[in-house]
Amino acid sequence: MTTLTVPTAQARRTSRTLSRPTGFLTDTWTVLSRELTPKLRQPASMLFAMVQPLVFLGLFAPLLPDVENGSALQWFVPGIVVMTALMGASMTGADLTAEIRSGSHERLLVSPLSRPSLLVGRALKEVVPVLFQTAVILAVVTPFSFDLHLGGALVGSVIVSLFAIGLGAFSFALATAAKEQDWVFWTVQQMLIFPLLLLSGVLLPLDGAPGWLRFLSDINPMTYVVEAARALFAGEFPADVVLSGFVAATAVAAVGVLVGVRTMERSN
Amino acid sequence: MTNHTHQPPVIRAQGLTKHFTRGKKTVEAVRGLDLEIHQGELVAFLGPNGAGKSTTLRMLTTLIPPTAGTAEVAGHDVVRAQGAVRRSIGYVGQGNAAAYIQRGRDELMSQARAHGIPRPAAKARIDELLSAFDLQEYADRTVQTLSGGQRRRLDIAIGLLNRPEVLFLDEPSTGLDPQNRANLQEQIRRLHEDGTTIVLTTHYLEEADALAGRVIVIDHGVMIADDTAPRLKERLGDLVLLGFSTEADATAAAARAESALSGPTVIDRAGTQVSIRTPRGADSAPALAIDLAAHGTPAIRMEVRPPTLDDVFLDLTGRSLRESAQSTTQPTTQTEGAAA
Repeated sequence: MTTLTVPTAQARRTSRTLSRPTGFLTDTWTVLSRELTPKLRQPASMLFAMVQPLVFLGLFAPLLPDVENGSALQWFVPGIVVMTALMGASMTGADLTAEIRSGSHERLLVSPLSRPSLLVGRALKEVVPVLFQTAVILAVVTPFSFDLHLGGALVGSVIVSLFAIGLGAFSFALATAAKEQDWVFWTVQQMLIFPLLLLSGVLLPLDGAPGWLRFLSDINPMTYVVEAARALFAGEFPADVVLSGFVAATAVAAVGVLVGVRTMERSN
Repeated sequence: MTNHTHQPPVIRAQGLTKHFTRGKKTVEAVRGLDLEIHQGELVAFLGPNGAGKSTTLRMLTTLIPPTAGTAEVAGHDVVRAQGAVRRSIGYVGQGNAAAYIQRGRDELMSQARAHGIPRPAAKARIDELLSAFDLQEYADRTVQTLSGGQRRRLDIAIGLLNRPEVLFLDEPSTGLDPQNRANLQEQIRRLHEDGTTIVLTTHYLEEADALAGRVIVIDHGVMIADDTAPRLKERLGDLVLLGFSTEADATAAAARAESALSGPTVIDRAGTQVSIRTPRGADSAPALAIDLAAHGTPAIRMEVRPPTLDDVFLDLTGRSLRESAQSTTQPTTQTEGAAA
């Protein structure tokens, strides 16, 4: 067998791979920047995402009732920020479906990128636009009856981002489980997103709600994220509310990544 | 394969097994595979769809964990040292490596970063690969605008980015037109000449025949042959077809041939035709024809067919690979569907 007699020198030459170990943060950055590259190459595609929450705000804000103490906008805007995060992050898996079908996801699975970094990097790709959207929303509403508290807004954004990473990871898991069937992904995504949204009190306060609705709202982690965001965006730091929001967001992120990695490992 | 005792194999599998559970049914996709592949070899896993080739490849590339058995690639265990295995290998899957919305160069760069290759080295390597695969013009276009052949070349470029110790290709030429298939085979041959260890799966006999130094025939999850294509064929022997004017002549000639030919020979008579499967049949056929004529049963027609890998497969399994490849499109055999 002639092909087997490879000289040792040549053997040594070809066994020198260029690959070097990388860490979780490097991997996550690799995944995130890979995801963002096509968007940066076509900035126009980002424009729509930027404008969308403003349209929503413009159409909804005039309907807000006058509130006795403080402005309705102050109450409403943080909810819109969290809603934007929910909408964006829950679609993380949609791009994945295309990549599973084409084969590029499989290539990443064989690459040395760690499984959690594949999840977190992709979820962060949805967070980055959310942060931009938040900035745009705040810039637009501040001239009106909205008081900007930068410190609070920043801390609030961190909590919202954590929540978005978790949602993104769940969305990723959903897309992995749905495999190549788009409709499964979209059906489940739509089925979950609206109860989460309505039960969090983003659009309407749940103060006067019946007991069972209040109970559902209480077990919705998004409720706590919204409440923390409202407090922080208003420049307040009520420790218990902020902590609850932080814990809820972190829990969603941790469980999301765990479920996502599990699903990824089983999907093959 | 004894001339390699001085060097450990690049791939070693022992009792490699994979079961898929679908509802209550367990499908044994790969059953106790033992395998050694050495530095610089070009090996083709040949078998029909669902034979277990891709499942084996997916275990060796860490995509799925084995149910039982062990495998080492480039000296690393595929279960315990997944990271080290992934850094050592290149993988070209059945699909495309680059996402359609991305540009080729961007995907090469993301692959370089996944492998922790510093930017200057990555850029140099990317340029090298783009020119090697004739992709410079297309590097800055989105993948969805590329042709099938261009995408496939990009897939291989991405697979080779880290200078892998072993390159795995899963059905590399499926979906390519004949010209692109020939180009691809040429590229694989060149990589092999450069010393890259290559393992590919195929259900195209011609491909295994044209490319591989070593062919491993897999069927129903079991390795049923492992040798060079010429030797597999030589062992089976040529097919000598002889036509006679009467059935009586044919019967007499068949009996005569039985005693005249040595070695493992299979003789069949059907009507006035005698078919003889015998090693080096092309060499013994002229003498046989003269001998038969001398014994009063002259052949009126003669044809010698060199064996094909399909004949080898037919001989090993009792089925033609071509037929199996077609029949597996029906839902009856779905061994590998779970993995795909």
